[in-house]
Amino acid sequence: MTQAEQERRFLDKIDREIKIEPNDWMPDEYRQTLIRQISQHAHSEIVGMLPEGNWITRAPNLRRKAVLLAKVQDEAGHGLYLYSATETLGADREQLMDDMHTGKAKYSSIFNYPALTWADIGTIGWLVDGAAIMNQVALCRTSYGPYARAMVKICKEESFHQRQGYESLMKLCNGAPQQKAMAQDAMNRFWWPSLMMFGPSDAESTHSDQSIKWKIKRFTNDELRQSFVDATVSQAQILGLTIPDPNLKWNEDRGHYDFSEINWEEFWQVVKGNGPCNKERIAARLKAKEEGLWVREAANAFAKKRAMKKSA
Amino acid sequence: MSTTQWPLWEVFIRSKQGLNHKHVGSLRAPDATLALENARDVYTRRSEGISIWVVESANIHATDIDDADSFFEPSDTKIYRHPTFYEVPDGVKHM
Amino acid sequence: MQDQALFEYVLRLADDSLILGQRLGEWCGHGPILEEDIALTNISLDLIGQAISLYDLAAELEGAGKNHDQLAYLRFENEYKNVLLVEQPNGDFAMTILRQFFFDAFRLPLYEALMQSPVSQLAAIAAKSVKETRYHLKHTSEWVIRMGDGTDESHERAQAAIDHLWRYTSELFYEDNKDEQLQALEQVPSLKGIQANWMETVKTVLYEATLAIPTNNWKFEGGREGRHSEHMGYILADLQYMQRAYPNMEW
Repeated sequence: MTQAEQERRFLDKIDREIKIEPNDWMPDEYRQTLIRQISQHAHSEIVGMLPEGNWITRAPNLRRKAVLLAKVQDEAGHGLYLYSATETLGADREQLMDDMHTGKAKYSSIFNYPALTWADIGTIGWLVDGAAIMNQVALCRTSYGPYARAMVKICKEESFHQRQGYESLMKLCNGAPQQKAMAQDAMNRFWWPSLMMFGPSDAESTHSDQSIKWKIKRFTNDELRQSFVDATVSQAQILGLTIPDPNLKWNEDRGHYDFSEINWEEFWQVVKGNGPCNKERIAARLKAKEEGLWVREAANAFAKKRAMKKSA
Repeated sequence: MSTTQWPLWEVFIRSKQGLNHKHVGSLRAPDATLALENARDVYTRRSEGISIWVVESANIHATDIDDADSFFEPSDTKIYRHPTFYEVPDGVKHM
Repeated sequence: MQDQALFEYVLRLADDSLILGQRLGEWCGHGPILEEDIALTNISLDLIGQAISLYDLAAELEGAGKNHDQLAYLRFENEYKNVLLVEQPNGDFAMTILRQFFFDAFRLPLYEALMQSPVSQLAAIAAKSVKETRYHLKHTSEWVIRMGDGTDESHERAQAAIDHLWRYTSELFYEDNKDEQLQALEQVPSLKGIQANWMETVKTVLYEATLAIPTNNWKFEGGREGRHSEHMGYILADLQYMQRAYPNMEW
């Protein structure tokens, strides 16, 4: 089959909503785009464990401690499902992680913000996981089979994350004045970074067009961001929290909420490594990798010894 | 860069009501024992299964996508293998 | 009086579970490989779950109208009765696994025996926990063997962890007159039998791991009486931070 024919068959499958599977022919750029996007997503899960993980030892009661442990553990699982999906494309987990450690590969900029109070944990569940779910639900229909299947599994598990966050904030908002103030403070700090999670505006996004054509992405960054704002406003009202945007207003004509322009300079600075916690996050992951080196080596050596014993 | 990466394993899980083991994903492990334990922790955190198989990915042999036509299309025309191919008079029961 | 003894007994079990679960929780996000990160968190979750059931029972026995969180979060350091072993820092992966292994090898036969206890709630908690603990022991034993018989470095690290932690193991079998009271009523097993069982497991696993049992049997004890190591204050500072900073609030 000629390359042109293969390409035609590939595009035909995409048109007919047939999933592309690991052994199928695919354009090299499609493969590279997927590896980049999926691994970035996987890195976000893994780095995302850190700000929340900080609070496991300080969770205010045993139930919350167990919930937080289970949630952060899920994130490790989600990272793993996603790395698995990249490995079906011929990528290598360790190599991908090294790319993150050197700054070559990115992860979601939200995790470069610190989790300062217990209210941040609820807020991360509600807003950050809420924004992530908005993105992930759309990705359940992505054109690459293993990615779509991983997303389906992740979405099922993530809905607990958002609900526990909201429930936790509900407690604070119905609690003592200090608790409510703590929740509002977290909202003030996390609102804008949450909107930034959807990435640069469509006009600025370099990868968007082709990804939409290949149905890797099903909606643009701005579309998803708008859906998130629309969904979140009434949730904030029920909590009694104020969204820190004076221009947030329902627009009858558009049928959507209008909101202020994002501070793009902050966005790009954080992406480029100048967020409040970029260095700490990478340092923590690098430390885990290096301190785990001897453990992985030992297990390999042991497996080899046992295999030799067996065959001897 | 280091090469301490553990081999890749494919994981198959049978659920409580399930008749078959189904492929659920992959993971890394140095040996079969740990592959099973990792599979338990990674893929059955929500009671998804009661039995796990793991197979080293390198040991899986798959049909070649380019052979798909010759592998699978010939059976498409053999419709006499399906019960609906045959007509049975209306009154016949238990068949 | 008997309730007081049983209360203290259950509290010891609960504190062991809580403090070890707390320690393991520190690993979350920092494990040597993702798969093992998830495994350690699972053990931590099991221990926190056991702690909740045990504190519930302790609160009931105490009869002072407290809930599990008040017991877990609002005592002074010398009122915690966990063994020193579980409060020791995580150290490297070898230290964490060996600490867990020594503990699991103690907990499994203890829970097996407690399943026969006429104190039905305690027997029920033991029956649920025994399955979790059997898995923990399997997982940690295999890792001890992997490290011991892995590379030179892993062998050295595992041996160093054993040599360090050995001094804290005898306290697992600490008994005082409260235990004797409960044993006389046949509500709880003698820890002498548990100790023999523990030693057997340790010997078998360390032998297969090509690791040596330390010859220095100098012991460190005190946790069961509320005298802890310096680490305990820091553990409680983290654990109790929210409850102390924001008293009487719900979360």
